[in-house]
Amino acid sequence: MSASFGRQIRSLVRRNLIHIKRQPEALTDVTIQPVMFVLLFAYVFGGSINIPGGSYREWLLPGIMAQTMAFSSFVVAIGLNNDLQKGIIDRFRSLPIHRPSVLLARAISSVMHSSIGIVVMSLTGLIVGWRIHEGVGKALLAYLLLLLFGFAMIWIGILVGSSMDSPEAVNGVMFATMFPITFLANTFAPPEGMPTFVRVIAEWNPISALVQAMRELWGNTGNFPTPEAWPLQHPVLVSIGWSVLISVVVAPMALRAYNRRTTN
Amino acid sequence: MTPPNASPTIEAIDLVKTFGDMTAVDRVSFQVPTGSVLGLLGPNGAGKTTTVRMMTTLTPPTSGTGRIAGHDIIKEPAAVRRSMGLTAQSATVDELLTGRENLRLIADLYGIDKQRTRSLADELLERFSLTDAADKVAKQYSGGMRRRLDLAASLVAAPPVLFLDEPTTGLDPRSRQELWEVLRGLVKEGTTLLLTTQYLEEADNLADNVIVIDKGRIIAEGTPLQLKDRSGAARLVVTLSRPEDIPQAHELLKGVIPELHLDEDVRQFSGPADLASINTLASLLADHEIEVDDLGLKRPSLDDVFLSLTGHRAEEAAK
Repeated sequence: MSASFGRQIRSLVRRNLIHIKRQPEALTDVTIQPVMFVLLFAYVFGGSINIPGGSYREWLLPGIMAQTMAFSSFVVAIGLNNDLQKGIIDRFRSLPIHRPSVLLARAISSVMHSSIGIVVMSLTGLIVGWRIHEGVGKALLAYLLLLLFGFAMIWIGILVGSSMDSPEAVNGVMFATMFPITFLANTFAPPEGMPTFVRVIAEWNPISALVQAMRELWGNTGNFPTPEAWPLQHPVLVSIGWSVLISVVVAPMALRAYNRRTTN
Repeated sequence: MTPPNASPTIEAIDLVKTFGDMTAVDRVSFQVPTGSVLGLLGPNGAGKTTTVRMMTTLTPPTSGTGRIAGHDIIKEPAAVRRSMGLTAQSATVDELLTGRENLRLIADLYGIDKQRTRSLADELLERFSLTDAADKVAKQYSGGMRRRLDLAASLVAAPPVLFLDEPTTGLDPRSRQELWEVLRGLVKEGTTLLLTTQYLEEADNLADNVIVIDKGRIIAEGTPLQLKDRSGAARLVVTLSRPEDIPQAHELLKGVIPELHLDEDVRQFSGPADLASINTLASLLADHEIEVDDLGLKRPSLDDVFLSLTGHRAEEAAK
């Protein structure tokens, strides 16, 4: 009497989605927060950042998309940490289920959560003047790169969620690390104007490659010359490379942390 | 009662668990015959939860093993998980799901037929008096309701073996009594129970056999009655009706009870005695026309047992 892997995952994903429904404020990270960032940067800082031959708002939107996707690691980490904390994971592990289904369901619901954010941001973008100027194929590739990056972020979420003692600690650690990382990039301003040390970090930041790739694939670069930094000259490949590398490096660490946490 | 040659439903064999230098569980072995209740009694940190976690396949033993319904906990964890239910120390219900959703989720995970899932949830809610709260999120439940829901979740697949880790910790006396009733019902239906507790009263009330565990080791084992006998003789307690009789009674009782203790405020004498001395005393007091409010033997409580075995009280150590 053991349910199919599929039914277990479906039931657990449904449970995670019910959580979102009962706690809609958990969605602010993919709704109110990115919209606020779009509005703040577009209308407060937008005037002082000059994008030759393009609009700052169009240039900005891929940056905020990437930032929001980076923050999706929060969602995984906090959700998982809560379940660990409250003994729910133990309850699941005492049942005759396929053990990976718990983490897989967590990953799937996180992708769904982030997808809501992508839709909300795309719509907000369209309202403030963002447009896709290239073909459907390129546009879809940009969205795929974004989701692939989201997949890599899930592992970071599992690692942090399994390593910290409380959801508050998770929040603190994630805020202190992910927040600056998303700013130390080409997200909101071109790296060219940054001091050399900071500029090099920004150019090699995985988020920058992703953002550059989306800007190019959607045609949001304006008349900016292609940046000289190597990762930004091959943004699509580099972005895929970063997402794969992060997954390959972090996934074993995350699984080890999760196993250590759950078996002790 | 189980036939003597039947294999026990729960069996722990030399279980050891170490965390770094700390030995949390130290060569613990026990057997629970089918349909009986074993109480694992000890203060916080004694190793009760770790023992339960090993037996329920949540954490692997450092050495030793165990069997549940004939399945080895290390070699056949999947079969073990199918044979048992676990109610963990903190009521592990999903606070954001309703009672009904909680039970359905568990039933779905077990792979119980969809139609059956629906009626099963209703039956369990009814049985645990949660029907009225079935569609409220568990966050709004009281402590007692949560425990009942948690227990109901453990019973979704009607497992023959149930582990309960401190099932009534934090409950008020009434909820505790109610839960005991439910557990007695389960045992009557043939479920084999292992429960851990810090409450001596609970072990006394529910368990057929008790294992006293302290610092990871089993320090005593037996029926609640045997354990009480081990902690020394019963005490005789005499309560006089009139304070003016105290001096005369004192003289008379001294002859029968060697280590007599007097509590003047409540006119109460007490001391180690046996059944025969009761008769002697009763007639002695009657002959001298000394009236008594109460006269009887008091068996030591499990609390006294714990004190005599470990040198500290169970509930004190827990704090």
